[in-house]
Amino acid sequence: MYDPTVARLTYRALLGRRRALILGALPLLLLVIAVAVRGLTGADDQTAADVLGGFALATMVPIIGVVAGTGAIGPEIDDGSVVYLLSKPIRRPTIILTKLTVAIAVTMAFSAVPTLIAGLVLNGNGQQIAVAYTVAALVASIAYAALFLLLGTVSRHAVVFGLVYALVWEALFGSLVPGARTLSIQQWALAVAHKVAGGDLVTSDVGLPTATVLLTAVTVLATWYAGQKLRSLTLAGEE
Amino acid sequence: MTTLSLDHVSRWFGNVVAVNDITMTIGPGVTGLLGPNGAGKSTLINMMGGFLAPSTGSVTLDGRPVWRNEEIYRHIGIVPEREAMYDFLTGREFVVANAELHGLGAKAAARALATVEMEYAQDRKIATYSKGMRQRVKMASALVHDPSLLLLDEPFNGMDPRQRMQLMELLRRMGAEGRTVLFSSHILEEVEQLAWHIEVIVAGRHAAGGDFRRIRRLMTDRPHRYLVRSSDDRALAAALIADPSTSGIEVDTAEGALRVQAVDFARFTTLLPRVARDHGIRLLTVSPSDESLESVFSYLVAA
Repeated sequence: MYDPTVARLTYRALLGRRRALILGALPLLLLVIAVAVRGLTGADDQTAADVLGGFALATMVPIIGVVAGTGAIGPEIDDGSVVYLLSKPIRRPTIILTKLTVAIAVTMAFSAVPTLIAGLVLNGNGQQIAVAYTVAALVASIAYAALFLLLGTVSRHAVVFGLVYALVWEALFGSLVPGARTLSIQQWALAVAHKVAGGDLVTSDVGLPTATVLLTAVTVLATWYAGQKLRSLTLAGEE
Repeated sequence: MTTLSLDHVSRWFGNVVAVNDITMTIGPGVTGLLGPNGAGKSTLINMMGGFLAPSTGSVTLDGRPVWRNEEIYRHIGIVPEREAMYDFLTGREFVVANAELHGLGAKAAARALATVEMEYAQDRKIATYSKGMRQRVKMASALVHDPSLLLLDEPFNGMDPRQRMQLMELLRRMGAEGRTVLFSSHILEEVEQLAWHIEVIVAGRHAAGGDFRRIRRLMTDRPHRYLVRSSDDRALAAALIADPSTSGIEVDTAEGALRVQAVDFARFTTLLPRVARDHGIRLLTVSPSDESLESVFSYLVAA
């Protein structure tokens, strides 16, 4: 179910110079913000929760997820080099699961790790806020990676769709239309974070059982469907 | 002995029929898939390689389906037309990765790189390779697992003459070893130099197939039409019609030219200038009026 060669190729494609710069920019910005906020206002639990919830989890994690999830397969399908993976006696779900593993690892590394560091800088993990948001980022990384990997498999415009989902749906509709929040990876991850932190600083519109079921369902279904799509992927001729 | 069989294969994209009811069998040796651009060659090769489902019909390799059958790739090597190939790797890393994906190791990769004579540049990034070098590394990646069927889509596109000769030599050797080698091309001369057997595709249809000499004869025996202007059209017409290579001449007074129909292409092309010189006639225009590849192929379809 895991092919080390596929993983190696995916890591090298994802962490190539240009993409690594994109992946590194947002975490760097988060750390700069964390240091600046701590310097200007001192340690404050509410501020820490605002920065981690408003920027880290709401913006940074989904964007990193889009870049890593779609980037793990989209460019190969776009330029046709995926043919070198597909013309091998390897089960298609193995290719997808391997790429998912890589996408999750990259998303976690570039989102959860900086979230933890930023949280520690902001208020030294007071009220478990840093750890709670780190757990949320870890959980969200899995679901985002799976969802955007599927998007990268089925669409040539995966990055655009991914950003629209991440920014418009989760951020905009989520704040305007209460129902939309139920269908939001961010809210599901917050439900898990709420469980970790307790208290009122980290809250979600979704209960933990619902969140767990939806997170699992999205991850499993997206991965299964991506495997199916890859099995019958058509490489259009250039004629 | 590996045989690729296409049985009443069609493929359409929306309303456009790209491949229309093709039945053919490709056996050991080198087969050229010839046809003008847009004839459906790539669509056909994609179906042969299992990257496109036929809309109807079936593609099988020794009786086993090719579509949605990953195991079939133990026997197939594919050289795609597209250039993209993990440019951030070196040639060696790329071929080793391909070998590993087949469950093989660095040894198989080294052997394949030696076969295509790319050892000298194997540690350079693919991004720095020329078109011909890329083609050879692609070839190495297709050969790592010693496949019995090799599919190549327009392998000579953009290669210089020397690279072209090297690749032809390699493919000839593969065919002589008893592998089934199929390559597509829209250039008659390429196919003629290399293929033992050719299949001609025109507008999605199987126009002709078989021994290349027979097809070549069909192509050269067809009447060639020329438009000729000279200092004395009637004298030239009289002299040309005396030779059996010319089957008909019309004096087109409106155009002020001769319309010549030649049956023996090679003989006519040497005859015309000689006759003109012998009779002291100056040739002003000699232009073939149906030499486009399209017309050669459509002639074959009619035949």
